[in-house]
Amino acid sequence: MEPILQVQDLHVVFPTPRGDVRALSGVSFDIEKGQMYGIVGESGCGKTVTGRAILRLVTPPGKVTGGRVLFHGADLLLKSEDEMRQLRGRRISMVFQDPSAALNPLFTIGQQITGIMKRHGVAQGAALRERAIESLTALGLGEAEQLLCCYPHQLSGGMQQRVMIAMALCVEADLIIADEPTSCLDVTIQFQILDLLVKLQQERTVAIMLITHDLGVVAETCERVAVFYLGRIVERGGVRNLFHHTKHPYTQGLLAALPDPRNWGTTLKMIPGSVPSALELIAGCAFASRCEYVMDICRRVEPPLLPVGDDHLSACHLYAS
Amino acid sequence: MSRGEYLLRRLGLGLFVILGVLLVTFVLSRVVPGDPARLYLGPRASPTALEQVRQDFGLNDPLPKQFVGYVVKTLRGDLGYSFRTKRPILKDLRVRLPATMELVISATLLALVLGVPVGVLGAAKRGRAFDQISRITTIAGVSIPAFWWALLLQLLFFLTLHWLPLGGRVSQQVQLQHPIKLITGSYLIDAAVTGNWFAWRDAVLHMILPVFVLATYPISLAVRMTRASMVDTLSETYVTAARAAGLNEREILFRLALKNGIAPTLTVMGLVFAYSITGAVLVEIIFTWPGMGSYMADAILNKDIYVLFAVTLVVTIIYILINLAVDFIQAAIDPRIRIGREREA
Amino acid sequence: MAPVSLGRRMLGGFLGRLRPEPGSGVWYFRRDRVAMLSITVLVLMVLLAVFAPWLTPYPAQGRGTPNIATKLQSPSTAHPFGTDPLGRDVLARVLFGARTALIAGITIQVVSTLFGTVLGAVAGYFGGWVDEVIMRITDVFLAFPPLLLAMTIASVGEPGLGNSILAITMTWWPWYARLVRGQVMSVREREYVKAARGIGVNDLKIIFRHVLPNVMTPILVQSTLDLGAAILTVSALSFVGLGVPPPAPDWGAMVNEGRTYIQNGRWWVPTFPGLALFVTIMAFNLLGDGIQLAANPKARGVGAS
Repeated sequence: MEPILQVQDLHVVFPTPRGDVRALSGVSFDIEKGQMYGIVGESGCGKTVTGRAILRLVTPPGKVTGGRVLFHGADLLLKSEDEMRQLRGRRISMVFQDPSAALNPLFTIGQQITGIMKRHGVAQGAALRERAIESLTALGLGEAEQLLCCYPHQLSGGMQQRVMIAMALCVEADLIIADEPTSCLDVTIQFQILDLLVKLQQERTVAIMLITHDLGVVAETCERVAVFYLGRIVERGGVRNLFHHTKHPYTQGLLAALPDPRNWGTTLKMIPGSVPSALELIAGCAFASRCEYVMDICRRVEPPLLPVGDDHLSACHLYAS
Repeated sequence: MSRGEYLLRRLGLGLFVILGVLLVTFVLSRVVPGDPARLYLGPRASPTALEQVRQDFGLNDPLPKQFVGYVVKTLRGDLGYSFRTKRPILKDLRVRLPATMELVISATLLALVLGVPVGVLGAAKRGRAFDQISRITTIAGVSIPAFWWALLLQLLFFLTLHWLPLGGRVSQQVQLQHPIKLITGSYLIDAAVTGNWFAWRDAVLHMILPVFVLATYPISLAVRMTRASMVDTLSETYVTAARAAGLNEREILFRLALKNGIAPTLTVMGLVFAYSITGAVLVEIIFTWPGMGSYMADAILNKDIYVLFAVTLVVTIIYILINLAVDFIQAAIDPRIRIGREREA
Repeated sequence: MAPVSLGRRMLGGFLGRLRPEPGSGVWYFRRDRVAMLSITVLVLMVLLAVFAPWLTPYPAQGRGTPNIATKLQSPSTAHPFGTDPLGRDVLARVLFGARTALIAGITIQVVSTLFGTVLGAVAGYFGGWVDEVIMRITDVFLAFPPLLLAMTIASVGEPGLGNSILAITMTWWPWYARLVRGQVMSVREREYVKAARGIGVNDLKIIFRHVLPNVMTPILVQSTLDLGAAILTVSALSFVGLGVPPPAPDWGAMVNEGRTYIQNGRWWVPTFPGLALFVTIMAFNLLGDGIQLAANPKARGVGAS
């Protein structure tokens, strides 16, 4: 069966007075119908930009400079703005990182949810209210009727995020791009929201592109994952396989850096150095400057994503057989 | 704090400021060099007459008592007498105020109706030609001296083109042949209400230049403030979220973002209303418009000092009240200001 | 944070601006042609004002000496801006008017900023009832429309430039007091101030050596930009008859003197002084706008990535 989303060799560039910032340099991955796909990496690696690029909402002056984004087989990058507007919020929805910033402070929850439903013709008249209450209740929000009249700032962070997810689900989208949906929430609430997401995803067979910096979250909830570094995917594949048989020094470094309760009292292993500036044009592997296994070829030739196992690719000269 | 508490607090502050304003004008009026009694009666008044006036006006009482008397008199509407017209200032203002209000209200309305949409469009099209032109034009608008701008337009529209009259509220012909029956004091309203269309047209022609000159600053300011506020608003996450939900640009601009972005403009409009009354002083001189502005200008020339105090006082109080009103409107629009605590999950 | 003197700090900042980093605020500012133009205009204006007596063949007329023989001549090569009702060369009058405008404006700005800064710093630093009292006073003064209050105060005394300047200053200072107070309050809680207090440094010293140097730069910039508004207010006062008595040169007074003459077609009498006023004020405002755009990337309309 054809994946509902196919990103192929996507390039995004932000022109600045100091030069072009290459936010994405040739990113490719596929998401299947109803799949939970993790996009993981540090801040600035391009994961948020990927989500925006798919919806063609990259913040100006940034722009997509190459590649294809196939949604149900049709290239989104070739569509007109009108056509994109039909898709956004209806077939592809986005859940934002900071729910208190993503909800309009001057409109009630009810107004915002019904606004989306009205826009996409999903319901009319009295049915609008019913569906809104339904969506909110499905997200575990009790007293949904009263909630409709509330303003965003009257709700806690967890409730706000549930509302956001309700808004993404109320139109029966095929794909939800969840950009760090739990980063702004308390740890205990985080788990609740993630569980909810997984449950809803399975109930409604909705694909979710889960963007996060938290490896633990990915390991718990996702079926497949793509690891980003400096605008490129360095490792990609099934979650199980990838985390148990990591085949890229960066991913290994990330996992090794996680505190292990068995090694209490030892120093945390860090990845040496820091992420290079996105303004530099790097020939060769982006991670070369910090890799402990770096070889001469790594600095000269950019390693392509090659299969290193069953449903497992890595962009590393070490593992290129 | 609840909406009620917030409003009460603002009201209290407003009253306090009004009291302070009264104190300042009182102090100023007592600082005037020269004997107020003599100023009122003229240089040839007899000592008995002077003493009588002093008694009548309470000028011999200790200062705090005078201040209290002053406040009480002001609250009752007694603002003193004009040396020039020899009438109670309040009576003069009753005639002059509507004339000025006609100009100022028209100018402010024009500013909102024209300025806000242009500002919104400027924010939407930022960086492009429309925006650059609007930047220079609006800065010119807030920089141009009102009295010079008025002269320039007079030069163009009266002297060169003969399209519009030189000044005044209505032409002599209308005054003599089609006088307007005064109800509200506004010529436009009164002429329309009484069906006096000849006079109405005449009044409109006379209003065009003064209102336009007076409106230049408010319109420019409204455009700039709206644009700046909208640019800020448009960069907020909830706007991107709205786009991601598929709402179209026009709806986002004029319904969602505008509600969020209009607050600073509304606040400034209150300020602008007061500024316009001040600007009216300059504009009314040029167009010989019989309003508070020219009343004030005549008072300056004739050293009719109590008129100055009275006009300043009245305008300031109007200004304070308008600012209070703007606060209240903002509280009505923005729920965050009035509603209190958050609910826990 | 070591107490570097205010002067040293500002000089360092200025020299650093001469070759700016691309993408920095100063870099944008240098590329903003309109802002650069406005700086040129202002510098030109100052030069014209300073060298006025040498730039015109009619310096005495500029100062006010009449020459009835040449009255009300339209613009010509001998008199590029024409002559006024008393026969004086309008160009000369405009040049000398620039001097009046600058002197008046600078005086107003210096005095009101000084006074406002002191009061604002005291209010912001000490807080409590001192702050309340000072803030209520500024509230009351800020409630008045500045021009009206200035006109009223100026009318109370003898008409004259000094009186006008005093009147305007009295309406101007509360604004700066507010600004400085806000800045001081935000700096007051910084570590180095608390440290200085902990050591027992005298409060006044703290204000002048630690707090003020850090907050003054934006205030001074604002004050310089407000020079345009000060000049406008002075000319408005002169226009209604308060301010310099004739025959001294003042743009606002010139517009007033000349305004009845346009009915007879002698358009040049009020037009040129008013134009000078407009150009000056516009230059200040464009400059201020340019600075604001350079300092605030969001206002440029460039989104953050």
